[in-house]
Amino acid sequence: MALEVGSGLTIGLILGTVIVFAAMLIWVERRLLSFWQERLGPNRVGPFGLLQVVADMIKIFTKEDWVPPFADRVSFVIAPAIIMTVILLSFAVIPFAPNIGVIESNIGVLFILAMASLGAYSVMLGGLSSDNKYALLGSLRAAAQMVSYEVFMGISLLGVVALSGSFNLRTIVEAQEGMWFVVPQFVGFVIFLIAGVAESHRLPFDIPEAEQEICAGYHTEYSGMKFGMFFVGEYLGLVLVSSLITVLFFGGWMGPGFLPPIVWFALKSGFFIAFFILLRAAIPRPRYDQLMSYGWLFLLPLSLINLLVTGAVILSN
Amino acid sequence: MTLLFYLAGAIAILATFAVIVQTNIVHALLYLILSLLAVAAIFYVLGAPFAAVLEAIVYAGAILVLFLFVIMMLNLGQHTRDQEKGWLTGRMFLAPGVMSALLLGQLLNVLSQVDQDMAVTRVGVMEVSALLFGPYVLAVELASILLLAGLVSAYHLAKR
Repeated sequence: MALEVGSGLTIGLILGTVIVFAAMLIWVERRLLSFWQERLGPNRVGPFGLLQVVADMIKIFTKEDWVPPFADRVSFVIAPAIIMTVILLSFAVIPFAPNIGVIESNIGVLFILAMASLGAYSVMLGGLSSDNKYALLGSLRAAAQMVSYEVFMGISLLGVVALSGSFNLRTIVEAQEGMWFVVPQFVGFVIFLIAGVAESHRLPFDIPEAEQEICAGYHTEYSGMKFGMFFVGEYLGLVLVSSLITVLFFGGWMGPGFLPPIVWFALKSGFFIAFFILLRAAIPRPRYDQLMSYGWLFLLPLSLINLLVTGAVILSN
Repeated sequence: MTLLFYLAGAIAILATFAVIVQTNIVHALLYLILSLLAVAAIFYVLGAPFAAVLEAIVYAGAILVLFLFVIMMLNLGQHTRDQEKGWLTGRMFLAPGVMSALLLGQLLNVLSQVDQDMAVTRVGVMEVSALLFGPYVLAVELASILLLAGLVSAYHLAKR
């Protein structure tokens, strides 16, 4: 069976690779962080500590799967499933290489924005159903943060959409044949990068789960595999944002011919994943109100101006 | 596609019914989200992918998040649930039932006069935008002024 868009083999391979890769990122992140902090990190289990993830998985699967008696059982159980579902669904429209992808959709960009906005329910329901004040605080913060940063995320993409004339991610990649969109859309790229960190609520924007202030935020009451799903969901989100940046601004699978397209895609995405991990090691967390005012008072006007200027330039050509 | 249409339609109706009879307000909201997503699926099947995805982004993704946000702030507990249960008697369904039946009759009357086999035409993003910024540009501008007024008043209220 050949690798082609939408064949069963391709879909299975993408699903498997993405999940395994997201789980491996836990080890990658710990090793990279300790490298930058001049520590060793997990290096005991297997060569270079590679099997640490397997050990973690065994631990997390054998832990007691505890639902607190005071929690709202239904929402408590479906909350972690929502984040996994929406992020894995988003991967459906990403073109990994000319012959690798799940579906070709004319509304790809919008579909991803829709999935990102549904992802907010996961953290909100997780916090709300836990019936715990720290969890509730965390999910209040998460809701406000995700709804706000979705706005700039959407607007920052519109420049790319206007330049390529399509919401289809495959067409967007093909439109970058001559020049990657990061050159004409540099402002859009930076805004998307920041909004992407905020959407996947990773450090420095992990205010919904800030350990030092509110225990673990919205997943305080979670344990076992339910916590594991939130945890892996965060890494899946990281992979998704990195792939999106590659597709939208860095020419997707395009690169010099000595490497196959999928390798170029993986290299570019891997670079951004490493960059996000470095961000975590390098930048402290802002205060909650700083985060909100930075978004609404700085990023929103900037993304609107970017859109206006892009439109004017396209019109004048 | 026809099967998908009827499936999504059934889910939409059942979920909307559940919104009405559910006493736990968070669960009611979840059913409402499900119903909106089912409607989005119906739009998609009927050849309007743009409307479908807007339904998911605007209604399911933004407006209901704010609903849930408000409910989180109010933190309603068992008390409201009991109150809801008290209100939800059979008699309460009488007047809404009659009014809905009237509307349904009217709808069926209109539908029976429409030519039955309408071909599905796919309407892309481009066509919708051309209409919005062509013949309907005045309506779009008026709606945006309304939204701006809402924004300004919300800002004013929050300032005090």
